[in-house]
Amino acid sequence: MSATAETWDADRALTRIRELEHLPGALLPILHALQEEFGYIDSAAVPLVADALNLSHAEVHGVISFYHDFRHAPPGRHILRICRAEACQAMGCEALVEHVEKRLGAKVGETTHDRSFTIEPVYCLGNCALSPSVMLDGHPYGRVSPEVADFLINDLRRRQ
Amino acid sequence: MSGRVYVPCDAAAISVGADAVARVVAEQIASRHLNLTLVRNGSRGMFWLEPLLEADTPKGRIAYGPVSAEAVPGLFDAGFFDGKDHPLCLGPTEEISYLKRQERLTFARCGITDPLSLADYVSHGGYRGLERALGLSREQMVEEVIQSGLRGRGGAGFPTGIKWRTVLNAPGDQKYIVCNADEGDSGTYADRMIMEGDPFVLIEGMTIAALAVGATGGYIFIRSEYPHAHRTMRRAIAIAYENGYLGTDVAGSGKRFDLDVRLGAGAYICGEETSMLEALEGRRGQIRPKPPLPALEGLFGKPTVVNNVISLATVPIILDKGAAFYRDFGMGKSRGTLTIQLAGNIKYGGLVEKAFGLTLREAIFDFGGGTFTGRPFRAVQVGGPLGAYFPEWLLDTPLDYEAFAAQKGLVGHGGIVVFDDTVDMAKQARFAMEFCAIESCGKCTPCRIGSTRGVEVIDRIIAHQNRPANLELLDELCELMVDGSLCALGGLTPFPVLSAIRHFPEDFDKPAPTPIVHLADRAQETQQWR
Repeated sequence: MSATAETWDADRALTRIRELEHLPGALLPILHALQEEFGYIDSAAVPLVADALNLSHAEVHGVISFYHDFRHAPPGRHILRICRAEACQAMGCEALVEHVEKRLGAKVGETTHDRSFTIEPVYCLGNCALSPSVMLDGHPYGRVSPEVADFLINDLRRRQ
Repeated sequence: MSGRVYVPCDAAAISVGADAVARVVAEQIASRHLNLTLVRNGSRGMFWLEPLLEADTPKGRIAYGPVSAEAVPGLFDAGFFDGKDHPLCLGPTEEISYLKRQERLTFARCGITDPLSLADYVSHGGYRGLERALGLSREQMVEEVIQSGLRGRGGAGFPTGIKWRTVLNAPGDQKYIVCNADEGDSGTYADRMIMEGDPFVLIEGMTIAALAVGATGGYIFIRSEYPHAHRTMRRAIAIAYENGYLGTDVAGSGKRFDLDVRLGAGAYICGEETSMLEALEGRRGQIRPKPPLPALEGLFGKPTVVNNVISLATVPIILDKGAAFYRDFGMGKSRGTLTIQLAGNIKYGGLVEKAFGLTLREAIFDFGGGTFTGRPFRAVQVGGPLGAYFPEWLLDTPLDYEAFAAQKGLVGHGGIVVFDDTVDMAKQARFAMEFCAIESCGKCTPCRIGSTRGVEVIDRIIAHQNRPANLELLDELCELMVDGSLCALGGLTPFPVLSAIRHFPEDFDKPAPTPIVHLADRAQETQQWR
């Protein structure tokens, strides 16, 4: 499940919206579908979603900005989510974060210059008996030492 | 007869290579032309042994672990599928002391069956609770849950049956069952494990809840950080529909129950029940003031049962074996079993289902084996990011709602996060405030602004700026947050902060312990968390 970060396309967006607009409380499912389609939620989606659900632009924008998951800009080709919650803290996740930031030359919350990686913080992946834990393109990894992180990053780079 | 071999499909097992192991096992079965079936089971919850490979033998299931993909051909050479010996052999799975010492009621099937096999589920006691429930009146079903003493396992500990009774008696043409699967507390993974390892038990529990209160619609709100649990639940629901366990005629009863899954979007606050209802309705996850209670005006304004995954997944065994059976486990007002989750810096991390009453020391040392690093134990946080930090001298506290409240702590969802002696408790206190600032929904000022000011004050304390005055200020700020916040996020964040100062004053360069605000009294009121 590598994030595709494809370019915005109103027709494709509308197709996804139409599939889901009938659901009770359809806004979150629609936003998830749009992010799945494009890797982020383009600001051009706001009026389309608002029209479909009979909401104001402000309401839709408010929901997009409330939830940490929804991205406002296209991410890198790979998304590395590093857990920074207590169980992972107890196993040195901050040292892991520091290592990865140095290795990739981007901070948590940023995308690398070559757009290969976006690093995101996450507060618990539910893998707390095997900390430190990360999720790379939707795949979970436990007991992630700096060496394991290097291996995962190199492996993806090699395959590009 | 074709033998069965097992490799877990649990996300934690996958995180240490279970998919690769399963791939090689499948290749070996094919290339050696063996009459074996590979089953992807749930996890037994002994994560230091994952990936755990098991084989069905006449002597029962034999376990091997932790298995790497490279070790698999050797295991085949040794004949593991017949239970033969190998350096990784752990003997019969059920005889592994960590498992043998548990009392698995809610997790009775987890790790044993194929999570998506309805036949497996039914042959291991599944849907017996529903069968018995169908012979009872609504009032009798609710009474059974009340009598079992089951309390909300999400953390608040509110009696589940009482909540059901309120919804049963609430007038309304449409009622809902909502399952809170937004398991955001660090150190917890029981909800994830049961959804990935035994999803039908949750469906059965929700179905019984629906029949009991007269609800016809249900939602499971799963956090987006759990993609595997999400996929498994969706498939299990589709299978339940295909087999007549969901839909217009549940198990031939003529009663309707429709169930759907919704995905969260990375907001910790959505573990708070009213905030979750807002998210389900398609709005910002800002909490609603109570009253009205969700039991009376919940999802889309209708009477709604909101229960945690583990609470609902425990309902089938209560209906199957009766309230008395379940109530006989536990201590004091904490009846039944707690699904303890050992996490963080711990040697044998995993899920331990035990009757309430086990002490923290027994959990951390007898089961957990102490720290992973082998360094001395220093602190433990129980109950997630809103739970207190306890020092060594409080480890004899039994895992019991009231015993923890008396020590100004909370059992919460049963997560136990262990830290060794390298932990800096001032940093942990700062993180508690920072987390509250990141996750605050912004509805009430004590939480929204208080948490940001709290981080600043702790920063000044860490920087040695006028420590006595700033510690006093932090105390006052915490009191304000406890008294003035609308929900548990702002109301309980002071627990970890003040417990860190109180029990580990040396990290704050403080000579004597400081008086603490009346957290225990407020704990009961503010624990509306899930």
